[in-house]
Amino acid sequence: MSSHDHPHDHGSGHPGVSQDVEPGLHALRVKAIEALLVEKGVCAPGEIQRAVDAAESRSPADGAKAVARAWVDPDFKARLLLDAKAALAELGYEAAASLPDVVVAENTGKAHHLVVCTLCSCYPTWLLGRPPDWYKSLAYRSRAVSDPRGVMREFGLELDDDVEVRVLDSAADIRYLVLPMRPRGSDGLDEAALAKLVTRDSMIGVSNPLSPEPALAG
Amino acid sequence: MPGPAATPRFQPGDRVRVLSLNVRGHHRTPWYIQGKTGVVERLHGPYLNPESLAYGASGLPPQPLYLVRFNQSELWEDYSGPRSDKLLADVFEHWLEPASDAPAKVSTQDERSSP
Repeated sequence: MSSHDHPHDHGSGHPGVSQDVEPGLHALRVKAIEALLVEKGVCAPGEIQRAVDAAESRSPADGAKAVARAWVDPDFKARLLLDAKAALAELGYEAAASLPDVVVAENTGKAHHLVVCTLCSCYPTWLLGRPPDWYKSLAYRSRAVSDPRGVMREFGLELDDDVEVRVLDSAADIRYLVLPMRPRGSDGLDEAALAKLVTRDSMIGVSNPLSPEPALAG
Repeated sequence: MPGPAATPRFQPGDRVRVLSLNVRGHHRTPWYIQGKTGVVERLHGPYLNPESLAYGASGLPPQPLYLVRFNQSELWEDYSGPRSDKLLADVFEHWLEPASDAPAKVSTQDERSSP
């Protein structure tokens, strides 16, 4: 806070309000590409911004809603596992045909799923929002496939040897969402309270949902 | 997304080997499963071929896409987890060939009970 070894102009007195900042190289490039796409009729003016806004409006809370519903409604869970896009539409998550298909993988006492994209960073963005930076890192993408138990241990999850670890490498068109196990001691909670236990990481599979106690206390 | 239905060559439960194709440019088959044998877990359906789609072409004809299951111990020599651990990856049909019931060269004890 108090260090002043960074170069900036203290004269104007409005920190954060910059006057004539020149756009960076990437911003200029994006603007040029966008202008070309509109000019060539590939997309309409504003279409890209609307897509960005739509993507930014999603967060792990959206995926959590689906998980909580699956925990309380076995019929919904069955539909979610069979045809995720159709089941999610019931919750108001209408997926445009252009969005990638989603497959939901259910964790049980015998099998635990972990999602990775070794080739890039495929992720169910329209349900979870943008992926965390570590999901895109070379370290995660290489180690999640070859040492998944070691990776989960670093996230605080130690699985017994009799639980089969099933790593899902989303190498192509399918986006995977993990349906984590409902935590013990959550019997009395309603759907909204359950959704608060469902973390982003538990839907990637690197950890389990929160336990109910801290959530109730909080 | 799926176009005209291609008749899938494989069904869930089939043993398949991932080819090592010399595809120049973009493809979606990770190197670490190439040459490895697995079992079809699921047929996702027909999807446009990313190898032409990536270069502005149509991606047609659509290729059946499968989820293929591998034993981790057959993918990584030094895999430290239990032998029951699995890895599942999406693979397009033209990257797969039928695998005979003979165990893959590298596998020592295959836990398959029946073909």
